Amino acid sequence: MTPIDLTPADLLIAASLVLVDALASVLLGLRLHRQLLVAAARCAVQLLLIGFLLRFVFAAEAPLLTLGIILLMVAIAGREVAARPERRLVRYGNQIAGLSAVALATFITAIFALATAIRPEPWYAARYAIPLAGIMLGNALNAASLSLDALLSAVTRERAAIEAQLALGARFRDAMRPLIREAVRRGMLPIVNTMSAAGLVTLPGIMTGQILAGLSPVSAVKYQIMLMFLLAGATGIAAVGAAYFAARRLTDERERLRLDRLH
Amino acid sequence: MAGFLEAAGLRGAAGGPFDLTLGRGEAVAITGPSGAGKSVLLRMIADLDPHEGRVTLGGADRAAMPAPSWRRRVAYLPAEPGWWHEAAAAHFPDRAAAAEMMPQLALAPALLDQAIHRLSTGERMRLALIRTILPRPDVLLLDEPTGALDPKATGLVETLLALRLAAGTAIVMVTHDEAQAQRLGAHRMHLEGGRLNLA
Repeated sequence: MTPIDLTPADLLIAASLVLVDALASVLLGLRLHRQLLVAAARCAVQLLLIGFLLRFVFAAEAPLLTLGIILLMVAIAGREVAARPERRLVRYGNQIAGLSAVALATFITAIFALATAIRPEPWYAARYAIPLAGIMLGNALNAASLSLDALLSAVTRERAAIEAQLALGARFRDAMRPLIREAVRRGMLPIVNTMSAAGLVTLPGIMTGQILAGLSPVSAVKYQIMLMFLLAGATGIAAVGAAYFAARRLTDERERLRLDRLH
Repeated sequence: MAGFLEAAGLRGAAGGPFDLTLGRGEAVAITGPSGAGKSVLLRMIADLDPHEGRVTLGGADRAAMPAPSWRRRVAYLPAEPGWWHEAAAAHFPDRAAAAEMMPQLALAPALLDQAIHRLSTGERMRLALIRTILPRPDVLLLDEPTGALDPKATGLVETLLALRLAAGTAIVMVTHDEAQAQRLGAHRMHLEGGRLNLA
């Protein structure tokens, strides 16, 4: 059960593989070696920094610091969601929709997990809250951006269809329902695929990491199953949230379709 | 004329202010160059675009009414109507009523079983007109309703519209066809340079 702690020398040996890649790039004229080395260096530096930061935060046992870090992560994820779709809602609409969706998804599922299944002491312990929020965020981000992108491109394409219904007296939400449904579907498909392939096609990273770190496979699997279910919850909330928040921005008090708010 | 539909001070992307008064059973035909804002004017009356101005129907203020209720009473038919289902029939809550009206516009009721994209432009236009007329709105806002139709179909549409007028429906239509305005006994108005005037 004791994890095998890696020494700097171990890491350097592994780094030799990156050098092999770089050599291949030079020999084959891929012109990729520079980018490859920069990326490898960035990866090492970023992860080491986050490792030390987390060690500090875990030791500090300061709930406000934990919350601050999670909020920062949420903000960055929200920005990513907003940036991915080709089309932009005016007045920070993408940002607000993205941020609300990932924040809602992350807080609901992370708190749910911490209060029921994982139950660390105290429940907001940084060692559990931060990694959990991180995993939820990564998947919520993906789901929200797929859903937002799907909705914003569909609404432009389906303008005539939506307005035809509005012109006959349909409620905006009824006219939008098929588009929202499609957007949410798009956001949720990846987690469905991930869950069906888990263990057969892929060994999920978290589980692999825990096994390498010395946990028994069955314990690691149980953790992974719980995480998958939590992720299913988070992606659902994020996909629905992003589509609804964006749809609300596309109408007004007279239930018009406000494509002038989309660029 | 007695004011049934009254629009005052409509101002939007097409210019303005536009004023328009129409009694029950009356029609107004709006002409004007392309891009003058004839469609935008109809969209304003239907409250589909943000704009200034006041519109009442039978004395009831539009602003006091939920927008969907207003649009059920003041129905707008664009020049290129949209469709939101694959099957033609799915656009009609009352299929029997649609099938009953279709022969009046020389459409076979069997067309309802077709996919929308397999119908011709003219067939789609007539179906869209039926879709708009069937719920019996008080006002019809029609954007070139016969633009895609041959003379025979145009005549049938005009007959149908005349029936609606006789039943008390008010009609605001955009048309390039002066003779059509005459046949329907419509008041004629001209929209150009952001102004709407009697023609």
